Amino acid sequence: MNILLAIEGAISQGVLWGLMTLGVYITFKILNFADMTVDGSFALGGAVSAILIVKGMNPWLSLIPAILTGMVAGGITGILHTKIKIPEILAGILTMIALYSINIRIMGQANTSLLGESTVISILNGMIGASTNTLALVIGVIVSIIVIAILYWFFGTEVGSALRATGNNEYMVRALGANTDVMKIIGLMLGNGLVALSGAFVAQSQGYADVGMGQGTIVIGLASIIIGEVVFGNRFNFAYKLAAVVGGSIIYRIIIAVVLQLGMKSTDLKLLTAIIVAFALAMPVVSKKVRYTLCVLLVAFMILVTKQIVPILLIVLALIIVKLISSVICKVFQKDESKQEVKGA
Amino acid sequence: MLKISGVTKTFNAGTINEKKALNGIDLHLKPKDFVTIIGGNGAGKSTMLNMIAGVYNCDTGSIVLSNEDITKQPEHKRAKLLGRVFQDPMRGTAADMEIEENLAMAYRRGKVRGLSWGITKEEKALYVEKLKMLDLGLENRMTSKVGLLSGGQRQALTLLMATLQKPQLLLLDEHTAALDPKTAHKVLSITEHIINEQGLTALMVTHNMKDAIRLGNRLIMMHEGRIIYDVEGEEKKNLKVEDLLKKFETVSNGEFANDRMLLA
Repeated sequence: MNILLAIEGAISQGVLWGLMTLGVYITFKILNFADMTVDGSFALGGAVSAILIVKGMNPWLSLIPAILTGMVAGGITGILHTKIKIPEILAGILTMIALYSINIRIMGQANTSLLGESTVISILNGMIGASTNTLALVIGVIVSIIVIAILYWFFGTEVGSALRATGNNEYMVRALGANTDVMKIIGLMLGNGLVALSGAFVAQSQGYADVGMGQGTIVIGLASIIIGEVVFGNRFNFAYKLAAVVGGSIIYRIIIAVVLQLGMKSTDLKLLTAIIVAFALAMPVVSKKVRYTLCVLLVAFMILVTKQIVPILLIVLALIIVKLISSVICKVFQKDESKQEVKGA
Repeated sequence: MLKISGVTKTFNAGTINEKKALNGIDLHLKPKDFVTIIGGNGAGKSTMLNMIAGVYNCDTGSIVLSNEDITKQPEHKRAKLLGRVFQDPMRGTAADMEIEENLAMAYRRGKVRGLSWGITKEEKALYVEKLKMLDLGLENRMTSKVGLLSGGQRQALTLLMATLQKPQLLLLDEHTAALDPKTAHKVLSITEHIINEQGLTALMVTHNMKDAIRLGNRLIMMHEGRIIYDVEGEEKKNLKVEDLLKKFETVSNGEFANDRMLLA
């Protein structure tokens, strides 16, 4: 019973963190930019929203300054990289480190409690009166759908196309008359705005903002994106890919919730996340044989750490089933590209 | 049309790797000139094209194209005047995007990109027409990812993209060098067709002397960052590969024998 409750909480957390994952998806996957800023801008969004609520602002309204400050943070990383030519990783780290101090300045201390303050969840609770988890889930799903719709539209526009192409081939984009520096800055602003929005929601749902809440955001984002791709398939149309990213975030949270319930130390989580990411990045590179070995090793590792066999095997089984279902769905709807490959000059 | 005056470029100035790539280039192109450029490795052919395109800034000198001084303009600004095809087939197209999306990007060269839809229905019909002209069957694969195409197909597509909006000047930087002979021939004939049809002004770098003589109305030879030979009209038509080789040997004191131009 406990585990079901934990999973319910994990799903709503997964959706709220899913917004962050969408932000990381924009910078990492579309723009091909490993943006470390997100560790700072996640906490920035939480800090800005929390402090404004404490000062008496409407929780929904407080999301807007949270997004805007996140965009500024992303914009600064973009300028550091494009105008001052600082390598992308370092540019992101610089902004991230700066944000640590700035976030404490914003809050006046290392954290801000929202105990007794109204939040987007408590407002809704007053209106309908469901459990916090359910409300967080409802809000998360609605906001995610809106965000995915906006992103789907944006990346179909002229600017959006140029942005996608920038992540693909900068030389071409410049030769075709678009400013790649501006494209990168726009992409980073968009991504970090989303990450900050996610931070604001998470802070409001957990009831506090903390300067350390963003730690490891980039890795969690990557893990979620990769899980989403592996489980739901990296294909179909763009909206499906974005939804898969949010799905990956949910699955990531469920895995974390389950292994915690099974007795894994919460301090070991970051190790587990890092292993999942390294593991997933290894998949396309290594041969099939090594791939299966790695899979078995990961399951063995989980069993060893949690000292539980049946639940872990059940999770593996569940993942395989989800994967099969999604691949069937994709096969039904997808035009098969591979058939077109045969002809050629 | 194009007026290059006294352009010089030195890479890594002041270091042990200092390389004088261009030593005072003066070149004047008339409208509809189709100029082929030959020269050994490191002669400055690609550098000259890259200077025109704005990849590098000039150390000295000026570049004027269609009465517009573009010497200091950033690469993306002067793109409105230029169509470019690169040596590397991967450079000219976005692999993860569809053929029609790539064309739509090219269709907007030189225009302000806004928040209107990235590709319209009317455009798609136009792209189908244009792709048919290439005769590679690409018109039936409008939504295929460009990454699925062969090098030759990608070069042909890049060529089409470079000329979708009529450029003031077409820059072809050894655009068939990475292709097999048969495909190279095909891409060259498409090149010829497009240039004649649209009446384009073009600069084409090539390592193939026969092509350099056969194509275009003017030929220039470069050596160590200078233009050392410049012929046009009848004189160019009557050139022989041996003439060019001899010409080259006199300026390079026989070191030319090692050059890969001999393979042409």
